[in-house]
Amino acid sequence: MIEINNITKTYGSGDAKFQALKGVTFTINDGEFVAIMGPSGSGKSTLMHILGCLDTPTTGTYFLDSKDVSTQTDEELAEIRRLHIGFVFQSFNLLPRTTVMRNVMLPLVYAGVDEEERENRSKKALLASGMTESHFAHMSNQLSGGQIQRVAIARALVNDPSLILADEPTGNLDTKTGEIVLGTFQKLNKEHGRTVILITHEHEVAEYAERIITIRDGLVVSDSKSHSRKHSYVNN
Amino acid sequence: MKFKDILHETYSALSANKVRSGLTMLGIVIGISSVIAMVSIGTGASKTISTSIESLGSNLIQVTPGAQRTQGFGASSGRGNAKTLTNEDAEAILMQVADIEAVDSQVSGRYQVTAKGTNTNTTINGVTSSYMQVRNVEVAEGSFISDTQNNSASKVAVLGPTTQTDLFGEGESGVGQSIRINGMEFKVIGVTLAKGGSGFQNQDDIIFIPVKSAQRYLSGDQYLTTIAVQATSPDVMTQVQADITALLLSRHKISDSTLADFSVQNQNDILGAASSVTSTLTYLLAAIGGISLLVGGIGIMNMMLTTVTERTREIGLRKAIGARKNDISTQFLAEAITLTIIGGVVGIALGWLISFVVNWTGLVTTSVSLSSILLAFGVSAVVGVVFGYYPARRAASLNPIEALRYE
Repeated sequence: MIEINNITKTYGSGDAKFQALKGVTFTINDGEFVAIMGPSGSGKSTLMHILGCLDTPTTGTYFLDSKDVSTQTDEELAEIRRLHIGFVFQSFNLLPRTTVMRNVMLPLVYAGVDEEERENRSKKALLASGMTESHFAHMSNQLSGGQIQRVAIARALVNDPSLILADEPTGNLDTKTGEIVLGTFQKLNKEHGRTVILITHEHEVAEYAERIITIRDGLVVSDSKSHSRKHSYVNN
Repeated sequence: MKFKDILHETYSALSANKVRSGLTMLGIVIGISSVIAMVSIGTGASKTISTSIESLGSNLIQVTPGAQRTQGFGASSGRGNAKTLTNEDAEAILMQVADIEAVDSQVSGRYQVTAKGTNTNTTINGVTSSYMQVRNVEVAEGSFISDTQNNSASKVAVLGPTTQTDLFGEGESGVGQSIRINGMEFKVIGVTLAKGGSGFQNQDDIIFIPVKSAQRYLSGDQYLTTIAVQATSPDVMTQVQADITALLLSRHKISDSTLADFSVQNQNDILGAASSVTSTLTYLLAAIGGISLLVGGIGIMNMMLTTVTERTREIGLRKAIGARKNDISTQFLAEAITLTIIGGVVGIALGWLISFVVNWTGLVTTSVSLSSILLAFGVSAVVGVVFGYYPARRAASLNPIEALRYE
């Protein structure tokens, strides 16, 4: 469970002071699929960094699975990311010159998991994100845009995280491929009960989630169920 | 991160840019190989020089004529050319100085020598029978000059092996034949055993004749060019040297020792001077190698800094998925150390090869010591750590958010 309480984030000091978040509060329960939507400059990237434990808030508290992570050191944050958070970025998700399998394994390499278990878990994650076994040994630069994002999703899954954080995961994809990737998130949410937070500036993308939190100028302006929920994933 | 994973990352990173990795390694290869080759040449040269000085004879003290000065405005004639030492001086040293094994008086000069149509220009050394003992000379065939032959100034000659080959060719010893030195006929009575080159001159390109024959037929006077004295043991060398100096000063009626018309040199002095020269030479050569190693190390640092900048986003991604600072710095440090270690191994092989080739050409007898290899290897690992540390630290301390945004 994610509990964010009156979080602010201020960059710079003196005249150059800029407040990116001005007091954001919300709770996300386990198994939810939430989109955080806002135009550029709204503070959604800053919020994503704090949610992803890449950064800490200036004031306010952040509880991830009842643990206060708002006052942790860099090394402690790295451990939380390693064990509890899976990232999918817009671009540069995979290491170049590295196989699909090795890319997915990487979080487990850093976590010190032994080789056999690494491979089993990576295979499972790849299959769950819709990759076929024939791609496992491919180099990351031999993949299409949609495949790259799915491998990235598999990597986000592999450490069995509390939270999958996707930052504009369809930003570099055409509409059709984007739908497939968003469908993968839906499937993980529905079938595997994963908590997914999708950060986007596009309304159409946000509508794949169950709940949309809209932020603007560093404040939450709306937090509601998705009305016209899109389903590219069909539960058969 | 496990060791195997570090190796895996290092291999994939270095093989991604083979040309750059290779060129960077080349810097270390050149550095390490020059250290090894230079040090081996240096130590080889000093070994060669000390053996050749030692092969001159053991516990040797050499008395040579010094500059002869006249009272007042006298100009000094060239050192060593003065005619101040006589047969009587040599006899006096043998009779009056204690702890002396043998004394050999010599007159040497270069003359034209002919035999059966061949001719050569070589060193003619007028010696006594003591020469064999004092200078470690052995006879391969025939016999050496005897005291009787010396006293009667016989026209007999003992050839060095090189001269023998020059005059009579391979296979024929020439013993019993005649040669003409400066137009006078001498009978060959023996050939010495090869002593080998000494670095400065070939000790085998020489002809020995009795010193009195040399004085009578060649130089035409009663002076000596060298008195070689063998002391009984290394411990008495200094005392013998002092005694000879005192004796000759009184014989030559010189009261001020700075005006001595001769010089007395201890073999150890020559050895000491030569080895101080060669060890300076070795340090100099090692320093040249060390500088190229330093340049190679800076090359590594340069490449690693470029790599860190190029892979900023990769570092950001790794940090986002949970890499610790340590994981990142270990990865980059491992790359730098791998470059230097591979470069070091190749450099050691190349340095060895260079030293082998130098040895094979016969210019200098080189010797690669285990210590220089260990030193070079240790230095290359240290270079990797030192020059890889800063780039690795820089990579590890990157902020993951900024690294992910880096274009």
